[in-house]
Amino acid sequence: MSLMGLTAVSLGKKIKAGEVSAIEAVQEALASIHEKEDVVNSFVTVEEERALKRAKEVQKGIEDGTYTGALAGVPVAIKDNMCTKGVLTTCSSKILENYIPAFSSEAVLRLEKAGAIILGKTNMDEFAMGSTTETSAFGTTKNPWNIGHVPGGSSGGSCAAVAAEECSYALGSDTGGSIRQPSSFCGVTGMKPTYGTVSRYGLIAYGSSLDQIGPVAKDVTDCAVILETIAAHDKKDSTSVERKDCDFTSALKDDVKGMKIGIPRDYFGDGLDAEVREKVMDAAKTLEAKGAVVEEFDLSLVEYAIPAYYVIACAEASSNLARFDGVKYGFRTDEYDGLHNMYKKTRSEGFGAEVKRRIMLGSFVLSSGYYDAYYLKALRTKALIKQAFDKAFSQYDMILAPAAPTTAPRLGDSLNDPIKMYLGDIYTISVNLAGLPGISLPCGKDSKGLPIGLQLIGNCFEEKKIIQAAYAFELTREYEHCPLAAGK
Amino acid sequence: MKQFETVIGLEVHVELATKTKIFCSCSTEFGGEPNSHTCPVCTGMPGSLPVLNKQVVEYAIAVGLATNCKITQNCKFDRKNYFYPDNPQNYQISQLYLPICRDGWIEVETEDGGKKKVGIHEIHMEEDAGKLIHDEWGENSLVDFNRSGVPLIEIVSEPDMRSADEVIAYLEKLRLMIQYLGASDCKLQEGSMRADVNLSVREAGTEEFGTRTEMKNLNSFKAIRRAIEGERERQIDLIEAGEKVVQETRRWDDAKEYSYAMRSKEDAQDYRYFPEPDLVPVIISDEWLQEIKSRQPELRTEKLERYKKEFQIPEYDANIITSNKRLADIFEETTAICKNPKKVSNWLMVETMRLLKEHEMEPEQITFSPENLAKLIQLTDDRAINSSVAKEVFEKIFAEDIDPEAYVEENGLKTVSDDGALRSTIEKVIADNPQSVEDYHNGKKKAIGFLVGQTMKAMQGKADPAMVNQILAELLN
Repeated sequence: MSLMGLTAVSLGKKIKAGEVSAIEAVQEALASIHEKEDVVNSFVTVEEERALKRAKEVQKGIEDGTYTGALAGVPVAIKDNMCTKGVLTTCSSKILENYIPAFSSEAVLRLEKAGAIILGKTNMDEFAMGSTTETSAFGTTKNPWNIGHVPGGSSGGSCAAVAAEECSYALGSDTGGSIRQPSSFCGVTGMKPTYGTVSRYGLIAYGSSLDQIGPVAKDVTDCAVILETIAAHDKKDSTSVERKDCDFTSALKDDVKGMKIGIPRDYFGDGLDAEVREKVMDAAKTLEAKGAVVEEFDLSLVEYAIPAYYVIACAEASSNLARFDGVKYGFRTDEYDGLHNMYKKTRSEGFGAEVKRRIMLGSFVLSSGYYDAYYLKALRTKALIKQAFDKAFSQYDMILAPAAPTTAPRLGDSLNDPIKMYLGDIYTISVNLAGLPGISLPCGKDSKGLPIGLQLIGNCFEEKKIIQAAYAFELTREYEHCPLAAGK
Repeated sequence: MKQFETVIGLEVHVELATKTKIFCSCSTEFGGEPNSHTCPVCTGMPGSLPVLNKQVVEYAIAVGLATNCKITQNCKFDRKNYFYPDNPQNYQISQLYLPICRDGWIEVETEDGGKKKVGIHEIHMEEDAGKLIHDEWGENSLVDFNRSGVPLIEIVSEPDMRSADEVIAYLEKLRLMIQYLGASDCKLQEGSMRADVNLSVREAGTEEFGTRTEMKNLNSFKAIRRAIEGERERQIDLIEAGEKVVQETRRWDDAKEYSYAMRSKEDAQDYRYFPEPDLVPVIISDEWLQEIKSRQPELRTEKLERYKKEFQIPEYDANIITSNKRLADIFEETTAICKNPKKVSNWLMVETMRLLKEHEMEPEQITFSPENLAKLIQLTDDRAINSSVAKEVFEKIFAEDIDPEAYVEENGLKTVSDDGALRSTIEKVIADNPQSVEDYHNGKKKAIGFLVGQTMKAMQGKADPAMVNQILAELLN
């Protein structure tokens, strides 16, 4: 099997054992990228020379004992909304088409400290706004399981790159499901940690109060190892939390006996695809068979999550994206007449339709006279949703749900109907509103051969519980390589 | 003719004296090459995040406590959104919903010698913007972000002031208080204190407020006074002509003594304020608040009382010396060395004030050291130099902070108190001025003054005047 077909931890072991070198690993990743990029388009930027140079350094570091961690020498892809010093960082937007940051994001620095080798930057929905990666200014990423379908989004490039075996693992970001939903569509495992676990320093903000960076990988073990590497208190991020329980790999135990798992009835009603429901319920049965106590319950308030999310995320985005004005960096329109015309033309030409829609929505809900009716109401709804989860977690160790109501839609089917696209986030969005951790892992395929994702949601700071259950479930099935990765 | 009453409220921005900026560790030092005090945070680079400088909170609380405000122990920052190139993120981090201080007051003295309370509506913390520099040769404008992120507090008063005098009294009180707290140097000219004036007029005796205007660009007390008087007249003229005052922001041009409309309420921007998601709420615990309270320095009123008691100096002296923190500091430090408070106070009140006025300087610009002033006082106490030499030496101290002992020595300024040398000079003066001697003997006692002057002249000012008087009297009689 190709080295990129291995999990990150297995490859790391081989490199550490001297069976293969970091250089060989990177060469193989680059070869895989060359072979598949024309079809998949997971990357915005591939840094071939830089990666090879870095591989040599890391290999030396592994040999002399500088790098001893599980991820040393293992090639990684980074979502293009995380700053990488000296490397193009575009957020898949024309407005940042030429932006090269002067510093790296904290999560990237932590990976590099552990000996990771960055291959390049992955495609995404523009500024992480979208659920299909079709809003990218640099072309759509295809689902490696079926290139007529979307990979999901917004971390579609990261998830497709992992599924297509163009890299060993990737980092994504999740504001309303942007790691879990594309992981589900691409048949990989992705995790969004508790808000505040991974520093947001250097992550180009979409919805600051909701954004979290997390791992995308082939299995739960990789996710635990990666999260353990990137999770740390960071003084540069005021919302970063000081945690002493970041030893996530300690939860990799095949034991769910007595775990109480709640299934929200409200998540299994109208709009959920029958095949998705069946596979997710099968997963629940599997866990039950392994000794977990599975129960249905009413979570409530589910229908309010999407409107509350779009009000809060867009409000924050309308302000966060104000800095892209053509003054200091990034794209500036060619011809303009005065400052205001420059602002207007730069932003009209630089942002795509979905980004403009959300900036307008966000500006509207914050305007005087509407703030109370929309923004404040959304904040109150957010607080109520958190309370509903608190109540659920007083009874259950975790919540089991689908990651998305359907499998990956066909290319082009979603953008015409934004409301429908927004509704696709129904099972992931409340997790961000409540700041909870969530993991999505494969639990089967539908009749079209597209992967289905199982989502486990934990209480704040209880990543270990969901990691343990996910790990136990994963052991009941084999990892399935997508046809593209398998060379079919 | 109708009588009108002026109603004034102030928005005062004060730049805090922290070493670093409010949300990053860049220096706040004034000047420096453009963009040399910047980092990704204060230039709003994508992915950068603000981290609150604790000292800013402490200064804001200190000012709040000194102005009798209620401290918001759970306060938050909000974003104020507007596009302008001096503002790198196109939003300013400020406070709207939960400002750190609210509902305070300070007492000011009115023209008639009475006292009046001026209410403080709120004090909030925020960041300063950068500075635009318009290229004189090209079509471009450049931006310097050195000021971007410098911490400010905005002190918003209630509309409690009724005249320019009250406004100046309020500003002076506020400035002195903040200087005493060490929270800012409050220099209007350099912009570390800026005041916007909200003014309306109403018919005397009515309760309802008139339509107000806001005036900006006021960078001296004189300009503020002129602007208030000018705007009051403008509004009264409008009302008397049957026109309406428009609610708008106006820019004062002090050279032309006129204000120009900048923008009216209709085109006022909607700032779309919302809670800053990149910062967590600032929780001010009782312990922290107590700690800041216990560290509050002595303010002017307390200092004034202490000076009278501890140093036995008259109220008049204490008043002048405590009118400025720098003067008070020099007074205390010099007194600590020479143990002669009254003399120190005299040097500060008379000669120092005279030289400041002559050079158009503020007390903050004083450069001489308390050590050298103390040495000078010691020299006069020892009668090593006389008072006119002392004044001359002080001018040198004031200008260059010279060591008076060395200076007196090097320039041969020591008082001649050698009886023999004096006696022979005086004998010569008497011989050279028979007319004055005769006048003196004829009862014109004033003539002795002329003879003293002639002696001092002959001695190049270095004679001990007491001795000169004594010998003269002796020789003449």
